[in-house]
Amino acid sequence: MNAAWDWSMDGWILAAGVLSAGACALLGNFLVLRRMSLMGDAISHAVLPGLAIAFLVTQSRSAWPMLLGGVAAGAVTAVMTEAVHKFGKVEPGAAMGVTFSVLFALGLVLIRRAADSVDLDPDCVLYGNLDQIGFEGAVGGAPHAVIHLAVVFAANVLFVGLFYKELRISTFDPELATSLGISARVMHYALMILVSVTTVASFEAVGSILVIAMLIVPPVLAHLLTDRLGVMLPLSVALGATAAAAGQWAAQYGPGQLGIDYSVKTAAMIAVVAGAMLAVGVFLAPQRGLVSRAVHQWRLSLTIVREDILGLLLRWHELRPAEGRAIVREDILAAVGDTWMARWGIRSLVRRRELRLPVGGGLELTRGGESRAAGLVRSHRLWEAYLAEHFDIPLDHVHFSAERAEHFITPQLRRELDRDLTAPGVDPHGREIPPEREG
Amino acid sequence: MSPSWDTFFRTLSLADHNTRVVVAGTTMLGIAAGVVGTFAYLRRRALMGDALSHATLPGVAAVFIIFGSKHLPLLLLGATLSGVLGVLAVLGLRRVPRIKEDAAIGIVLSVFFGAGMVLFSIVQQMRTGQEAGLLTFIYGKAAAMLTRDAWIIAGTAGAVLVGSIALFKEFRVICFDQDFAQSQGTPVFVLDVAMMALVVMTTVVGLQAVGLILVVALLIIPPAAARFWTDDLALMTVLAGAFGALSGWSGATLSALMPRLPTGAVIVLCAGGAFLVSMLGAPHRGVIASVLRQWSLRRKIAYQHLLRALAEMEEAALGPAPAGVGALERRRGWTRRQLHEVIRRAVRREAVAWAGPDALRLTASGRVEATRMLRNHRLWEMYLIKYADIAPSRVDRDADEVEHVLSEPIVRELEQALDAARAIPPSPHPQEAPAT
Repeated sequence: MNAAWDWSMDGWILAAGVLSAGACALLGNFLVLRRMSLMGDAISHAVLPGLAIAFLVTQSRSAWPMLLGGVAAGAVTAVMTEAVHKFGKVEPGAAMGVTFSVLFALGLVLIRRAADSVDLDPDCVLYGNLDQIGFEGAVGGAPHAVIHLAVVFAANVLFVGLFYKELRISTFDPELATSLGISARVMHYALMILVSVTTVASFEAVGSILVIAMLIVPPVLAHLLTDRLGVMLPLSVALGATAAAAGQWAAQYGPGQLGIDYSVKTAAMIAVVAGAMLAVGVFLAPQRGLVSRAVHQWRLSLTIVREDILGLLLRWHELRPAEGRAIVREDILAAVGDTWMARWGIRSLVRRRELRLPVGGGLELTRGGESRAAGLVRSHRLWEAYLAEHFDIPLDHVHFSAERAEHFITPQLRRELDRDLTAPGVDPHGREIPPEREG
Repeated sequence: MSPSWDTFFRTLSLADHNTRVVVAGTTMLGIAAGVVGTFAYLRRRALMGDALSHATLPGVAAVFIIFGSKHLPLLLLGATLSGVLGVLAVLGLRRVPRIKEDAAIGIVLSVFFGAGMVLFSIVQQMRTGQEAGLLTFIYGKAAAMLTRDAWIIAGTAGAVLVGSIALFKEFRVICFDQDFAQSQGTPVFVLDVAMMALVVMTTVVGLQAVGLILVVALLIIPPAAARFWTDDLALMTVLAGAFGALSGWSGATLSALMPRLPTGAVIVLCAGGAFLVSMLGAPHRGVIASVLRQWSLRRKIAYQHLLRALAEMEEAALGPAPAGVGALERRRGWTRRQLHEVIRRAVRREAVAWAGPDALRLTASGRVEATRMLRNHRLWEMYLIKYADIAPSRVDRDADEVEHVLSEPIVRELEQALDAARAIPPSPHPQEAPAT
């Protein structure tokens, strides 16, 4: 189905996908932050018996009874999970598993028993019928499903907007919320009800699998990118909408691009695209992504190895002043460990003019390098002195702590230490503490 | 539409080959899932099975697309591979900062299932088509189980049982005290992998029978039900296997008896029934038992409070004297109905007798018990004042709750600690002191 874009049909699919993704993502933030992500999973499965009963009673697929049935089933899920957890002392995850699987099974049985009288397909609940949406009965040009989703999206925005403070406090600090007179329970059930409403409104168009994906994936991705709830909410909605649009594009044109002549389910493709976006985020998120954390680690290791090399050269000279200031590269590598990081460190120190290659061979400190090395050794020995003065640590143990701390002690902290120890001339081992240098 | 006696009999006696195969298959699946589910349940990995089962779908579809074959072992292999990939994805995502376990499970199950559906929509359009056989993986189709399928389940169930029995001790340690196990040099990671392997095997063979959405129920519900009956792991494992078997058997039998009952769903509902019965009716941890226990404890406390109140009033009156019901009512926060109910019980037990239309007195046997309660109350009050450094005005409330549960040996120790002879210590509250 590599047809050209057609607004009269594809436009509505896009609208339904975006609205549903936005509505789910908005609520999903609170589920994810409350560590109740799987409640969305549970509810979206468990609405099935509610829908089936609504069908059986009214013998129609009209919106109100379905909504009522779905919301009732959602509420039952929340209450039942809590009851099994509280009265049966079953851990929350398992309580949810028991509840939703039993309810889903009940739904399947009801639908199967009524298969003659009702045209309801569990497949439809699971993965929706987004590709057919443009053909469904329309009101004022817009398909029912799109109108329902628009209303639900607006309701969710309104709810989050009106109760932003309550939601925020009861999510991050339920005890504080209770002490402020906000009932965390009421908020919990309000959320569960809205999740049910959103699921029911979405199921016709996108199915429950996409609901689960959109409840969880965009908020998790947004949380990787920001710490601020005020940013996370709109960001997750935007990411959900992006996934919906990109997923639709991929479903329509992706197979063609790959030279395959098959059409694929749009809702399923949206879930896959959302997953791919998350995978990219996990690797590339600015601060918490795996790549940026690895880079940060590397840079830290490099700084430490560089400083170790500078310190080594200074101490070497201090111990054997007669032997000249230069050391051969192999000796340095032998002392700090022959790793590619150390080799790289030496090269970059030369490049930064903190080490130089004298005519006689080997490596020696430049003026700048010596100044930095002196600062480092000063940090090390001040810290040793401080530990020996204030803590009951054996002398042969202070070195290890100082070896690590020296890289994180700033000139300002050195001044504080110096003042605290009233300018000690030597460290506990009797070595001279080099004076502070300018620059 | 109830079945005829003949059908009923033929089904229950497993007369038909087909019924025999289905019942045997689902029962064995139930045993395996219950046993391995017990460990997963106690290790709080219950919902991992949900991510796992959903993650099998893309594997099944991919195998079909690549090989164009519905050869079952091949499909199961595909399911296993992508299921394992899903589990690894959950474990990996969990290590990313900001992603919690619940979110990781939700992400994997929805994205993998989405990927499976994408591949499925391709399968549906392939010339070799006939995706019907593959759709059974989603909802299961136990009723169409072949002898070969039952053998596969039997083999897997056997392997799972052998594995569980062989590693029972090790699993027990990592279920209850992982840190201890680690410190003892137990290879926790290897055992975890072994446990997950058993879960994966069970899940994959369960797909055909109950479908990937509901197979997790077989891993969770029987162990959760078994947990109500016992604290002993070995017994719990056996019970979970039994509940699983019972659910498999009754689900398959019911759907053979009645038309249009999806077997997988009925099996899950049977397991749900077993869970409900266990949760309500189990002797110690069950809801009914604990409600009854609380009720009888409340009754006992009210009764003992009544006796103590009478003893205190006698003490204040410096001798046995009838006490007015009105005065009793004012003494504690009793409603009239509660008070009359507890008086009725006390009269029936001959601890208290009516001494007029509106007055009560302690009987001889009642006085013994009432004195004991009063003494326990005072001992505990004094203990709190002396050792816990609590102000005398605060100890009454606490003693009110503790007096009922002080056992004979504890009373003995209190006497020693407080140097109290057999007599009743005086009240620490001045307003209650006997008027002289």
